Amino acid sequence: MTEIPEHLLKRAQAAREKAAAESGAAAQSGDAGDSRIPAHLLERSKAAKAGGSVAVADKPSSSVVAAPLDGGVPMAAGPGGHTQRLLTVVKSGSIQDVKSEPVDKVHTWPHLLAVEFVAALACTTFLFLFSWVVNAPLLQAANFNQTPNPSKAPWYFLGLQELLTMFHPMIAGVTLPGVGLVALMFAPYLDKTVSNRPEDRKFMTGMMTMFLMFWAVLVIIGSFFRGPGFNFTFPWRDGIFFEL
Amino acid sequence: MASTIEEKPRLTLKERAAKLGESLQGSQAWNSIFRPGSIFRKGYTDSPRNRSYVIMNSVLYHLHPVKVKRHAVKVSYTLCLGGLSFFLFILLTVTGIFLMFFYRPTAANAWQDIQSLQTSVTFGLMVRNMHRWGAHLMVLSVFLHMARVFYHGAYKAPREFNWVVGVILLTLTLLLSFTGYLLPWDQLALWAVAVGTNMMGYSPVIGSQVRFVLLGGVEIGAETLLRWYVLHVLLFPFVTVIFLAIHFWRVRKDGGISGPL
Repeated sequence: MTEIPEHLLKRAQAAREKAAAESGAAAQSGDAGDSRIPAHLLERSKAAKAGGSVAVADKPSSSVVAAPLDGGVPMAAGPGGHTQRLLTVVKSGSIQDVKSEPVDKVHTWPHLLAVEFVAALACTTFLFLFSWVVNAPLLQAANFNQTPNPSKAPWYFLGLQELLTMFHPMIAGVTLPGVGLVALMFAPYLDKTVSNRPEDRKFMTGMMTMFLMFWAVLVIIGSFFRGPGFNFTFPWRDGIFFEL
Repeated sequence: MASTIEEKPRLTLKERAAKLGESLQGSQAWNSIFRPGSIFRKGYTDSPRNRSYVIMNSVLYHLHPVKVKRHAVKVSYTLCLGGLSFFLFILLTVTGIFLMFFYRPTAANAWQDIQSLQTSVTFGLMVRNMHRWGAHLMVLSVFLHMARVFYHGAYKAPREFNWVVGVILLTLTLLLSFTGYLLPWDQLALWAVAVGTNMMGYSPVIGSQVRFVLLGGVEIGAETLLRWYVLHVLLFPFVTVIFLAIHFWRVRKDGGISGPL
């Protein structure tokens, strides 16, 4: 049997005592009209108490459909003045098993939106001031007959152009960047470790740092250390051959 | 007679304004614009309930949940890089639309249009500068965003696919920047793109075909300018927006940004 919680047992006990006291008082005063329970039901309840519980179990519904005495609400009272019965107790653990831990959260407004707004404002301000001071380059109109020396790709492709000086174009321009991009895409499927703590991922952070440094160094060399004919120069000696 | 006219006290300007505001906020038009519970309908006083409503009853609900993890709002964790990349994308769209009013993508007009944009259009030079520097800044911020995500291990399950979407977005950012590079049609643009597209031709099997389609010919020419213009202002932004939508949706579906280290 299910164990019934103590507070429910206490409540039932109190209700039983109260009902007993009331019926006792009603019987003493002999004034049945005062009670809201119809007289014939009280009689039956007394009889049941005296003669055993058989009569109540026989007709449990008779008390529910009892007609109101003087146009009031129909009263549904069982033996002993009970208006409801405890059928079963469902423990909370069996139906709502909460597994997730509560997460420390804050409201998006204002905590996140305010930060985003300030960041956007700072970014706009920076861009505005920078654009005020530095003009975007606009050289002579395009001329197919005059190749500038050196001709450089946009800065983010200068790493590739730098590779072109070392490898066959198919390796430098297609294979290496292709492999790099695919490796980048597949990184989460290749790296099966779960932890995201830096001390547990020294290999992956090392690989990524090498990957990023590889491109950064190539881009810097391509941008600042390549002069006419894409030959190696020093920017402090021959000047910078670089336009953004 | 005078007394009957003066029967109603004259409303002060403040009262009139309040009355006008009330009738405006009670109108069908107003109530159709703002959802029930919107702070523009019921006013705002600071309470947890109203803080939720600010997100819940506005279009921001597509982007942000009502509550986020406390560590997620730390600037030192994200450095705002993803958000700034998106913001720069919006900024570039706005300045780009402005530039489109003054630009014709033909070999005969392109350079001249940029020249006159800078010299005779109000704020023309400023907007062009912002577009150019903003584009470089966006490449940089997307790149740094990727590095940040990697070093935090934020690409791990369940965020693997969103990382893939992110790499696609990085590629799209580079393509957007590269196609825009040609449009001024000056010596810098022409020869930078010539160098870049020469590499493309070495792709195995389809290299020369892809190059032909992208250049609209064997060499860069007037056709290339029109093609890259359409790619730059229409195709790549369109594709980027779709991937951005997937990217943002997945951020929320995968449980917000990654946890603290």
